[in-house]
Amino acid sequence: MKAICWAGRNAVEVADVPDPAILTARDAIVRVTATSICGSDLHLYDGYIPTVRKGDVLGHEFMGEVVDVGAQVRDLRVGDRVVVPFPIACGHCWACEHDLYSVCENSNPNAALAETFMGHGLAGIFGYSHMLGGYAGGQAEYVRVPFADVGPIRVEDDLADEQVLFLSDVLPTGWMAAENCDIRPGDTIAVWGAGPVGQFAAASAFIQGAERVIVIDRVPARLDRTRAYTGAETLDHEDVDVLDALRDMTAGRGPDACVDAVGMEAHHPTGPIHAFDRAKQALRRATERPHALREAIMACRGGGTVSVVGVYGGAIDTFPMGPLMNRSLTLRAGQCHVQRYLAPLLDRIRDGEIDPSFVVSHRMSLDEAPRGYELLKHERDKCNKIILRP
Amino acid sequence: MKRHQDSPADRLARGLGRIGLAPGRARLAAPGAARRTRASVTVNRPRDAVYAYWRDFTRLPLFMDHLESVETLDGARTHWTARAPGKGTVEWDAELVRDDENALIAWRSTGEPAVGNTGTVRFTDAPAGRGTEVRVDLAHDPPGGRAGVALARLLGEHPTQQVRDDLRRFKQILETGEVVRSDGSPEGVRATRQARQRPGRPLPGRPLPAAGAAGAAGAAGVAGAAGEGATA
Repeated sequence: MKAICWAGRNAVEVADVPDPAILTARDAIVRVTATSICGSDLHLYDGYIPTVRKGDVLGHEFMGEVVDVGAQVRDLRVGDRVVVPFPIACGHCWACEHDLYSVCENSNPNAALAETFMGHGLAGIFGYSHMLGGYAGGQAEYVRVPFADVGPIRVEDDLADEQVLFLSDVLPTGWMAAENCDIRPGDTIAVWGAGPVGQFAAASAFIQGAERVIVIDRVPARLDRTRAYTGAETLDHEDVDVLDALRDMTAGRGPDACVDAVGMEAHHPTGPIHAFDRAKQALRRATERPHALREAIMACRGGGTVSVVGVYGGAIDTFPMGPLMNRSLTLRAGQCHVQRYLAPLLDRIRDGEIDPSFVVSHRMSLDEAPRGYELLKHERDKCNKIILRP
Repeated sequence: MKRHQDSPADRLARGLGRIGLAPGRARLAAPGAARRTRASVTVNRPRDAVYAYWRDFTRLPLFMDHLESVETLDGARTHWTARAPGKGTVEWDAELVRDDENALIAWRSTGEPAVGNTGTVRFTDAPAGRGTEVRVDLAHDPPGGRAGVALARLLGEHPTQQVRDDLRRFKQILETGEVVRSDGSPEGVRATRQARQRPGRPLPGRPLPAAGAAGAAGAAGVAGAAGEGATA
């Protein structure tokens, strides 16, 4: 089959790889009808996630049709149309029983590797390094889906792929980012990052009762799309001092909660600070450029919450621990526990409360993925979200 | 503690460590001292179920990577066969020395002292419904003779890691019914595989039997076959 494989830093290739087969009785095989490139795939592309290897099949946002099931799969049948969550979860460990699917204790066969980097193991994730399981990803014609009864959600035919595909990651990730803010009436929520996750965080914050949402980025096309589809106000951090602007917009209070939907490769408007972080990252002396997180902590009102869904891979420098501690901030974070949100968010899509397809800017074939990665990385051609159709 | 003079085995071990072939830190034990390995895991199942699974020694090879088989000879005696590094196997008999229902199982090898080893596993309730805490304590005699060296190396260069991997598989089987496998780690959790992953892409050909044999037997069948197919 055809698949998109990591070929080294800044390189992906369309490769011919073997078709996946059922490995255990709880597996299913899915024929992919739509998949997408995630901003977090760029962290792999840029070479900042440890334990990625040449030849790994990428992709963790995908949906399709079930074409084979193992003998112990009860809830799925051949022919079902499913969306597959990016974290692989067993459904039976303590973490899964407490809806903490992305820290499933069983789904990562390489948990010992993850322990080395992360202290404890993490769930396996499709196409996202060997530390996270070494699972082949979804930017391919077929995917093996372990624990098929636990992850995938069936969707009826009346909803288009573009409406439901993002249940696999970015929609629930944005929703969880907002949920972790514990939004109360009157709250102002600031969101760093106007990519699809930030856009969905903004939309979700309004649904969850925010009075006002302010989204911060530096790419005009993304800010335009964010204003047009979510109703949020926006700040271009290349034009304004974000801390001043937020203080002004909230009459000195600061946002009640701040979302970091950027993660480890942030940009900073002040050249020297960005250059310092960038140089350390390039030399692999630090793995992250945590500017958005630093700014979110500085901006947040006393007693507020900083919610992190942007991906980090390792350790960060110059973390503003003093402001966090002295101003009674709460830091909440996590890879999204997607399985928790699938059914309720599918209901909201069906009810027309949210139509996730607004994030799509490009539609391509699988063969065009290498160009897609370049477009997304360099924010060319108003690129926001790319859907690939095998 | 008295310092022992280096034995030839120690010197060999240190030499191998220097050229990156380990044993490194976990060097072979000083003469006369048994090597102990401890590890623990919490399994999200009731204590009686966790105990019962372990109590059937014939199931140990399903999660203990170096074991090929354990056969029951009579009520308290078992015959163990382990894969030796390289080719061949090492075998020994063992007897149950203590069996406190739902609490503790202890065994020790009998017969040829070269493969002398003991094991204890304790089962206690984790707090507030968090399942069962499983604590394993293994000891084996210092190497003596070919079989003894082989046994020492069975537990590998990182014996604690290996036992922790065994316990991870034990937890996977009890909680999910199977050993978890990925394209990069098709034979499941295995210390050596952590360092030498195959690419995260499907295995070539169809090296695996159709899944579906229920429960533990299925896991065993897949484990054996995946090992064959994973040498790519």
